[in-house]
Amino acid sequence: MSSIGTGYDLSVTTFSPDGRVFQIEYAAKAVDNSGTVVGIKCKDGIVIGVEKLIASKMMLPGSNRRIHSVHRHSGMGVAGLAADGRQIVARAKSEAHNYESTYGEPIPIKELADRVASYVHLCTLYWWLRPFGSGVILGGYDRDGPQLYMVEPSGVSYRYFGAAIGKGRQAAKTEIEKLKLSELTCRQGVIEVAKIIYGVHDEAKDKTFELEMSWVCDESNRQHQKVPEALLEEAKAAAKAALEEMDAD
Amino acid sequence: MPSEQKLGSAIVDTVFANMVSSQNESSLLSSEGDSQRTQYPYVTGTSVIGIKYKDGILMAADMGGSYGSTIRYKSVERLKQVGKHSLIGASGEISDFQEILRYLDELILHDSMWDDGNSLGPKEVHNYLTRVLYNRRNKFDPLWNSLVLGGVKNGQKYLGSVSMIGVHFEDDHVATGFGNHLARPILREEWREDLTFEEGVKLLEKCMRNLLYRDRSAVNKLQIAKITEEGLTISQPYSLKTFWNFAAFKNPTVGAEGSW
Repeated sequence: MSSIGTGYDLSVTTFSPDGRVFQIEYAAKAVDNSGTVVGIKCKDGIVIGVEKLIASKMMLPGSNRRIHSVHRHSGMGVAGLAADGRQIVARAKSEAHNYESTYGEPIPIKELADRVASYVHLCTLYWWLRPFGSGVILGGYDRDGPQLYMVEPSGVSYRYFGAAIGKGRQAAKTEIEKLKLSELTCRQGVIEVAKIIYGVHDEAKDKTFELEMSWVCDESNRQHQKVPEALLEEAKAAAKAALEEMDAD
Repeated sequence: MPSEQKLGSAIVDTVFANMVSSQNESSLLSSEGDSQRTQYPYVTGTSVIGIKYKDGILMAADMGGSYGSTIRYKSVERLKQVGKHSLIGASGEISDFQEILRYLDELILHDSMWDDGNSLGPKEVHNYLTRVLYNRRNKFDPLWNSLVLGGVKNGQKYLGSVSMIGVHFEDDHVATGFGNHLARPILREEWREDLTFEEGVKLLEKCMRNLLYRDRSAVNKLQIAKITEEGLTISQPYSLKTFWNFAAFKNPTVGAEGSW
């Protein structure tokens, strides 16, 4: 624990003497302790991947979806408290629907990110509301091409070409920086994301995990959808092979 | 609604009337308090005919939008796709049809966002439309349409219709408006379970030609749509040949010389 609040951390409406709001930082800890979520922007689209830590062997594979479609052209991968994440997704769907209802075109991703960030920020302004304990990686494809945004529990939102949140984010970010994203197609990007997630998964500390991936790209007709079965299997196989190679060294 | 007042004051008065009415009236009477009356349709489409055939559903509708007795619009698409498995054809008020398409778009979008491997089929969409239309009718604020809903899901063909008051049917052949009176008798005689695509189109064209002769709001520009397990196609607009070469037309005044 870097610094204990000692009295300044009891409410989200209290600043500490050194200008920090501890409650928001604690909310971010909830995100940091969750499974890794990775998003990259390739030259023809976005790929999002999630390391879904399996809490119990009783769970059916494919359950507990962490990536949700927000509209036809966009989706979000969620990290942190699952129920909080569901609220953020619900709000994003609502915003996207309202925008299209009013303006007649699908919501630009920039606008969507703005609205989601404003909503998350809203919940850091009142003492009777707690901040969201989840962060999201939002990817979409609109008139200005594919775009990737990340929204943190503080309400901050930036546009990225590669982003990661959760346990393995430091290692993931290092791996993403090694990629030449502007030259990758989404097909190749899917393989790379799988490798990254398998790579940052800590066998010793964590239980098994399930890989969940989605994309929005030219190949998917600019619709947000789960990565097709065949490609997902190919990616998992390549990731496992890459791990074994590393272990062999 | 204070229809005789200018727009600006009408808005203020409507807001005030709503405030007053919501305070004074119970929710049971609120529809009368808003003084809803059955509307009048303005721009309307005429008949839609749908038939089941060997591989799926065939539907036909012309492209006319009448403004009363004037044929105002001649390129109105009254046959539309709904999701993966269904096709809707509408007659009646075109603006209400556009609103229904918005509702269906939202329905299909939310269904697809679940991403659970399932998608709404024609039976479900038909049921949804019936609920929407019936509930609007109960509020004395109907969507002034008669709809035909057909599709194929998992090999099962489905064809139904629903009217503006929520009366719904499911059958091997359905029609709206004048189609009920002019097309369905033909279909009762000539429809078969195993019609091929070509036979089905010929049968529909026979019905549409009959409507063209007898329905004053029909226009000679139609589309035929086909939906099967594989998918949906809506044809390009085309016209039917008509035949006026009848003896009585050549010599119209025979038996009553001097008349016209």
